[in-house]
Amino acid sequence: MGEYTFQEIYSIIVMQSFGGVSLACIYVLMGLGLFIVFGQMGVINMAHAEFLVIGSYTMCLVSKFIAENAPGLLNYYFIFAIALAFVIAFGVGYLVEWALISRLYSRPLDTLLATWGLSLVMQQCFRTFIGAREMSATLPSWLMGSWAITDTIEVPLNGILLLGLTIALTASLIIFLKKTRLGLRMRATTQNREMSGALGINTKRTDRLTFAIACGTSGIAGAFFTTIASTSPTAGTAYIVDAYLVLVVGGLGSLAGLFVASGFLALLSSILEFFMAGSIAKVWLYVIIFAVLTKFTKGLFSERIRS
Amino acid sequence: MKTKSSENNAITKAIGGKEGLVALVVLAVLLLVVLPLFLSVFRLNLTGKYLSYAFVAVGLVMCWGYGGILSLGQGLFFGLGGYSMAMFLKLEASDPESTKIQTTPGIPDFMDWNQVTELPTFWIPFKSLPATLALVVVLPIVFSYLLSVFYFRGRVGPVVFAILTQSMVACLWYVIVGNQGYFGGINGMTDLKTLAGWDIRTEEAQRTLYFVCVGLLLVSILVCRWILATRLGRVLVAQRDKEERVRFSGYNISSFRIFIFCVAAVISSIGGALFTLQVGFMSPNLIGVVPSIDMVIFAAVGGRLSLYGAVYGTLLVTLAKSLFSESYPNLWMFFYGSLFIVIVILLPKGLAGLYQDYLRPWGAKLIDFRKRRVPVQKETVTSQEGKA
Repeated sequence: MGEYTFQEIYSIIVMQSFGGVSLACIYVLMGLGLFIVFGQMGVINMAHAEFLVIGSYTMCLVSKFIAENAPGLLNYYFIFAIALAFVIAFGVGYLVEWALISRLYSRPLDTLLATWGLSLVMQQCFRTFIGAREMSATLPSWLMGSWAITDTIEVPLNGILLLGLTIALTASLIIFLKKTRLGLRMRATTQNREMSGALGINTKRTDRLTFAIACGTSGIAGAFFTTIASTSPTAGTAYIVDAYLVLVVGGLGSLAGLFVASGFLALLSSILEFFMAGSIAKVWLYVIIFAVLTKFTKGLFSERIRS
Repeated sequence: MKTKSSENNAITKAIGGKEGLVALVVLAVLLLVVLPLFLSVFRLNLTGKYLSYAFVAVGLVMCWGYGGILSLGQGLFFGLGGYSMAMFLKLEASDPESTKIQTTPGIPDFMDWNQVTELPTFWIPFKSLPATLALVVVLPIVFSYLLSVFYFRGRVGPVVFAILTQSMVACLWYVIVGNQGYFGGINGMTDLKTLAGWDIRTEEAQRTLYFVCVGLLLVSILVCRWILATRLGRVLVAQRDKEERVRFSGYNISSFRIFIFCVAAVISSIGGALFTLQVGFMSPNLIGVVPSIDMVIFAAVGGRLSLYGAVYGTLLVTLAKSLFSESYPNLWMFFYGSLFIVIVILLPKGLAGLYQDYLRPWGAKLIDFRKRRVPVQKETVTSQEGKA
């Protein structure tokens, strides 16, 4: 420690914690779609991560297309690509719900297996139709570099953007759920299906839309991921275990739980990774989670959900 | 409390009537007579490798099919058994004589490469064969108990438990990969040669091990059938279907769940140990998240309620995988993915369901036709139907 000044240690702490914030953002983004599908609807979608990958690929392909055909637009394609990511993931999600999930609502464990099969098929689709190699998006030039707050503290711009986007996406999701007509219907259906049906809500259609919107949200989240990481056909498998754990730790059906758990896990894993090698840190992270869950078996923030 | 006659009946119960006897004989003849007669030792060894996965599938039939607890982490227990056996074999293969070129002779080569200079304490029990064999059974019991007791007592739902088991197996994967000096890391444990001086790589040994594997598999199946035939088995099915009702009847559901989870774990672990013996190595990628789900699909294809079906399911899926995955890797993944979907949607009872719904009524009709007047025993049909 001798060679560091207080100023430098302070800078290291600030930059490390910003790294932790970025990780928390990733957890939140992974969890948002799951929060709706798993936390609210009680459907376990193992292909969830593939919807993230769909978003990532959309971003990559759009950026590639723009870079080849209209390099001048490279600074603005972002918004368009995010919208497209939502639309594609929404569409695929709608189809999947219609073809697969709607038949299995009463059998959650079977849904798990079926969607695992779906994820294998989707991964193979990525491999066959897009290519097995890793891909990354050409980022707009204004995203490169970092913001020097002081002489010694620098935070990467893409991390700041990720934070901003996460907040924006979460906020719009909350507004959608709490303030719109469709959001109201979704909440009603997940809380009490029979009653909602009796009151004239088309619960089947609501389920389909809910699932599709959750997939669309994941698509957007996946698009955001391209700002910090590359994507590959099997990128999803790296996310899926963590994504579900975040939700379980937070408590199903609780958005606040999702944030707290994301923050908690991100903090924990950045602390652990500071002290030990990556995979050992991961082991301790899991062990701590298992230990916490023995006490809080319903998660940190549990709410009643449809059973 | 058991009466004397019920104890005498344990074997009869396990076999389960005429139909159960036929199923047992068919499987035993297939595995013990037909395959050894027609397959070369190489292929027989391969079959033995697949059959060690069948142990896991049998365990899954017990805890998933009958207990209602889906475990996506059976690879964890398969790995416990497999690694226990691999550690014993590795120690035997690294005697001071054959490892004298190492900096520290007498310890496994990967330890030497990773600057470990002394055998870690937890490796010491694996110096003795009886201790290793005991650990193959005890370790999964300890782990499955510790990993499930708090969650079942805390009434974690089946879906959340499935996710937890998946994280557990991911955790084990990281443990092995992260501790290269202690467990050989991503490369696994290779160069396993002898079991108590008996070279396991010879054809003779592989043939013997195959028969040991089949024998243990059949014994495990019979033990499971016996468990299901007892009152314990009834409560198990009851708590799967009507949790609240069984709880209000005064049963402590969590202890039943822990029990069946442990049973599945032990059976998987035995399979893992046999896998190591027959294949001659163990690696973390054989027991990770993805292989663990593969094991679930073996059970699902065979039929989640059929212990014999699990064996056929495992053999079929692994056979198909080895036939197609190399020559048509892309098509295979599409097919394999669709298999999950098709089985779940169209054949939730798996191959055993096909047999029950189509083949058996047809066979019964055939017998009926021959015997003319002897009516089909209705009892067997109805007693099975209740489980569907």
